[in-house]
Parts: sequence; C-alpha cells; structure tokens
Amino acid sequence: MLQVNRRPESLVDVKMHYCPGCGHGIVHRLVAEVMDELKIRERTIGVAPVGCAVFADHYFNCDMIQGPHGRGPAIATGIKRSKPQCIVFSYQGDGDLASIGMAETIHSAGRSENITIIFINNAIYGMTGGQMAPTTLVGQKATTCPLGRDPKVNGYPIRVCELLAQLDGSRYLERTSIHTAAHVIKAKKAIKKAFQCQIDGKGFSLVEVLSTCPTNMGISPLDACKFVQEKLLPQYPLGVFKDSDGGMNNVSRN
Amino acid sequence: MPNIKVDEARCKGCELCTAACVKKCIVMSTTFSVTGYYPAVCCAPERCTGCGLCAQICPDLAITVFKEEKAKA
Amino acid sequence: MGEKLLMKGNDAMAEGAVRAGCRFFAGYPITPQNEVPEYMSWRLPQAGGAFIQAESEVAAINMLYGSAATGIRCMTSSSSPGISLKQEGISYAAGADLPIFFANVVRGGPGLGNIAGAQGDYFQSVRGGGHGDYRTFVMAPDSVEEMGNFPLHCYAVAEKYRIPAMILTDGVLGQMMEPLEFKFPEVDPKKLSEPDWALGECRGRKNRLVGSYDLYEGRLEVMTLNRAKRYAEIEAKEVMFEAQQCDDAQIVLVAYGISARACGAALKMARAEGLKVGLFRPITLWPFPKKQLRELADRVQGFLVVEMSLGQMVDDVRLATEFRAPVHLHARPSGVTPTGEEILKKIKDTLKAGKGECVCCK
Repeated sequence: MLQVNRRPESLVDVKMHYCPGCGHGIVHRLVAEVMDELKIRERTIGVAPVGCAVFADHYFNCDMIQGPHGRGPAIATGIKRSKPQCIVFSYQGDGDLASIGMAETIHSAGRSENITIIFINNAIYGMTGGQMAPTTLVGQKATTCPLGRDPKVNGYPIRVCELLAQLDGSRYLERTSIHTAAHVIKAKKAIKKAFQCQIDGKGFSLVEVLSTCPTNMGISPLDACKFVQEKLLPQYPLGVFKDSDGGMNNVSRN
Repeated sequence: MPNIKVDEARCKGCELCTAACVKKCIVMSTTFSVTGYYPAVCCAPERCTGCGLCAQICPDLAITVFKEEKAKA
Repeated sequence: MGEKLLMKGNDAMAEGAVRAGCRFFAGYPITPQNEVPEYMSWRLPQAGGAFIQAESEVAAINMLYGSAATGIRCMTSSSSPGISLKQEGISYAAGADLPIFFANVVRGGPGLGNIAGAQGDYFQSVRGGGHGDYRTFVMAPDSVEEMGNFPLHCYAVAEKYRIPAMILTDGVLGQMMEPLEFKFPEVDPKKLSEPDWALGECRGRKNRLVGSYDLYEGRLEVMTLNRAKRYAEIEAKEVMFEAQQCDDAQIVLVAYGISARACGAALKMARAEGLKVGLFRPITLWPFPKKQLRELADRVQGFLVVEMSLGQMVDDVRLATEFRAPVHLHARPSGVTPTGEEILKKIKDTLKAGKGECVCCK
C-alpha cells in the first residue's frame, strides 16, 4: 500500500492543544509541509504570536521565538536583518496582527521587509475568550459586543490584504480559506508562493487565511465552516491581492 | 484497497472529515476514545478512493490515507 | 585605542557600541538622544551591520528582541517617554534571558516634560521598569569618555548573566562634547563565539526556542528563581563605584551621572574652604554599592544625596546605610542641573545641622 500523506518533518510529532475543529492545526500543517517541500526547515526561524497559537513554538520543528502581542513583524525584522540567510516567518491572529500590531504590520510591509506573515483571520479573539476582533463582522456577536457589532459603536471590520495592497512595499498578498478541503489545498499553494517570494529576495509577503474558532463562535466546527462560506467570504473575498510579477488581480468571491 | 487510518488518540471528533469525504464513508464512532472524544471511523472502506481530502481538512493530523500502488504497465 | 578624540556624548556612546561589536540598531527619533540613531545610520552599514529607523519605540525594542535572539550584539536608545514605551520589550527580553543593550538619555518628566537633562527615570531603571520580577544591569556614566567605554562592559555583563543591560545617562551628557579615548581594542563580532541558545540554522542540532512564558504551574517560578540566583551573583561581583576623598569625610555627597559632576565642583570648593567632604559616585545603579555605603555610614556624620529627581536614589542610600547616619537630599527635578555653589551651601547646612536634624526640606 502507498501512504498518501505523511506528517511533515517540520512539525513536531506531538498532539496539538487546539480545540476540536480549530483552523490552527490545519495551517500549522500547511506551513510545515511548505517548509519541507522548499527544504528550508534547517534555516527557518518562526515567530509565535500571543493568542492560542502562542504554543506554535512547541509545534514547528525549526528555531522559534515567542514575543509580545502584535510585535511579530518587528521581531521578524530584527531576526532577518541580523541573519539574512535565514527564512523568517511570523504567525499571527487577527487581534495580534490587525489590532495591537497594525503599525508593525503596515510598516514591515512599507519597508518591504523580506519576511513572510501567516495571518489567521477567524473574526474573533480566541485565547482571551471570544472578544470582538478588528475583523469581526457587523452584527456578529462577541463577548465585548454581546448584541452584535454595531458600526455606530464599534466601527467596521478591517480588510488587511486590501489595505496592504496599497503599499508599494508589499510583494505578495493573498487571501485564502481552509473551510473546505479544496480551499485547504489552495491555501497551501499561496503559502508556498509567499515563502518562495522571500527565498527569491523579493520582499514582504503575507497570506491571510480565513479560519474558524468553533469554541468562541459558539457553534460546531461544521457550522463554523458554513459561517466562513456564507458570512466571511462576502466580506473578505479570496484571491491574490498583490504579486510582484503583476498588480492587483484575480479577486474572487468564492 | 484504499483506506484510511484514524489515530484515535489524536482525533478530537470535530467531524470536519465527514463533510470533506466525497464518498461519505467517514462517520463518528459511537464509543469514545481514551481522550474522551468520539473519533472518526471509516464506515465503508469499499467506497474509499484514497483521495486524501479528509486528511487535508483534519486539524489534528490524525488521519493517514493509504492507496494501492498503480500497477506498472 | 590610544587615540584622543573629541566627541559628543551620544556619538561616543554609539561609536563605543560599534567598537564593542554592535551590528544591529533600531531606534526612533526623540530628543535628546537623536544623535545615537543618526550616528548609527551611517556607521553601522560601514561596519557591515544594519540600522533601522523603526515606526515606534515599541517596534524598535521588539526588533532588538529579535536581533538579540540571533546572538548578535545589538542596541537601541531612546529618551524617557520612549523608554516607557520600550518597557514591554525589555520585560520580554528579561523573561527570555536575552542580553539586550539599550541607553536612556533621560529628559525632564513626567509626561512629555521637557528636553533638558534629568534623572527622573532612576526608579524605572533600577526597579525593573516593565512588568514582572526582573532586574536590569544599569551603568551611569559621568563623562563622554565613560559614555564611549561603557557599552563594552554592558555587553560583557549582559551576555555573561543573560540579562538586559542599560546605560542611564541624560540630555546634558548626551549633548556635550569632551575629549575621550576608547580604552579597549575594537571587537570583531565574527570572532565572538555564538551562544548555545541563539536562533539561526538548526542543521545538525535540536531546534531552539526563545520565549518568556510557561503556563505549567510552578515552572515559571523555577525560571524566575534561577534568574534570581544570577541577580545575587551580579550584586556580589559586578558593583562599580568611585569614592573621592571619603576617608576623612564628615559629609559624603552621593550622586551619579551629571549630578556627580556638579558635586565634583562643590567638593573642590568645599575642600578649598577646609570642609571635610567626600564624594561617593555609584557607577552601577543596579547592582547598587550597598556594602560600600554601609561601611561609610559608621564613619561619617551624614550623607547628602544630590539628584536631578524628586528623591529616588536617596531611598537606596537610606536602605543601604540602614539609617546608621542621616541621609539628606538635594533634589532638582524636571530638567534642572544643580550648580556647585548651591550644593556647597547645602553641604554647609548639613554640617551645621549635625546628626538627627533633616535639611532636605529647607
């Protein structure tokens, strides 16, 4: 018999702590598979965020650093400038990247820092217990907007890829999703392109992954996938927002 | 014959694989595992094509997929 | 080495860091430390290093956190409000046992305050500064020459004990020009051995983790207690101070940094008038020269602490001397440098007051 799939070498062989159906496990695997395929594990340094993925440094089988909330891009910058031969990625959630760390995100893109960011957008705070995220949808309930996000009080969700696409420094930007197996396969291709962008020395790359947090959304993992399809996709269209070989293109809504 | 192997100790019973399986050959077990979840099981191995979509969606890397080697022409 | 140079304090500190092997600097503009990033912006590329003007102090210190994790010598600098912002990263570096090095060119505070030299950040520097239980190795130069020569010592201590190290200076020392000599051979960072915790290429070894958290009950306490052992060793071995004419002194002035320079002028005037005055200058503010002050306390009539803050170091002097002698205070907070004359007057008041009476508030 032929074994179709195999645990990537870039992922430590331990059980992950994430809740049932959480998207982090899928994205961890995709990043690890890409590291294996590009043969960069032994020269990669990953930055773990604050949030549920704070434990990412237990799972990736490469050198890892864990830093303050939102500062991943700054830490990655310090590492990359000190060891340019290393491949540096920062793994961040929506609160981490688009709220407290928005300045670091925008400026690392503005500098076209040659790093790769994996951005998990599940429209909610996970580890702290379901508070409103900068990407929480209008009307979506969270523990700090129990009646649903009201634009008059809480403003509107932020589209990160669209925002960064305006900057000359961003080189590869794509929004993907992992709510179906087909989307997972596409997300991996995007992650691989982003790392390749860094290997080729082209500059800042970011892959946004629409993900699920069944626990804090208060729904089953399968319903969470439906939520992504029906609610998140219309607000956050998938596609390539920037490719150093071309401009903005290929944005779709499915 | 293609088949899948579910690592019961790693499976958290999220059911994502049951939706991903095009042939609908994955269901949740009725008895719980050592970790207290109802793990996924392949209920109809004869329908499994070894496509691997269940493993693609599995957040816990709990599914290993096997496929028959193609006979050399 | 051996060459006499004329430099601004901030420039000397930057050059001293580069000569000590610094190859990465991230900073953000704020007066009166601007010369440091300006100097580094051309000097580091020349030395094969990297300079970044960060988007904020918060970003700068986190860039340093990343850089230090790769095991290279790096630096950031700022002035008071900027150092407050950097406390996040400093605490993380302390928790992750990273030997970062930074400088605070203190200005008047609190708040935006002003841009004159001041010493109001003493507590922030020696008591930790950020959140959690940790210490920072703090050196306080009183001349441009010390500004240039202290970075090397900061790197040595930071790396030996794996703690953050800083230079606490002020706007006056940062801006003034003086002759100086770099008293050490230039360090070639390529010849420094890579630490066994540094992140990089994990080929042929287990992957490494740098972080400051541990959620398992009790394990974080063990990490902190292990750090406390190193703190105790630093307190025993790394104290630096300078004592001038303390042997026969009735009154000993205690001051650091630019205040100590003003006290030096007062000391000369006092001695010329036949007054038995000495000057004790802590060079390391943490570890604080407790033992030395404690020994002096039994021999003198009193101490006069002169500081450009409301009275911060005076607490440490009182703790160190265990109230065995009166400890008086001459405080000039928020950006005023005391003159030798006003200190001399305070010395005379203190001598007149004798034991027991306090002249602090007069």
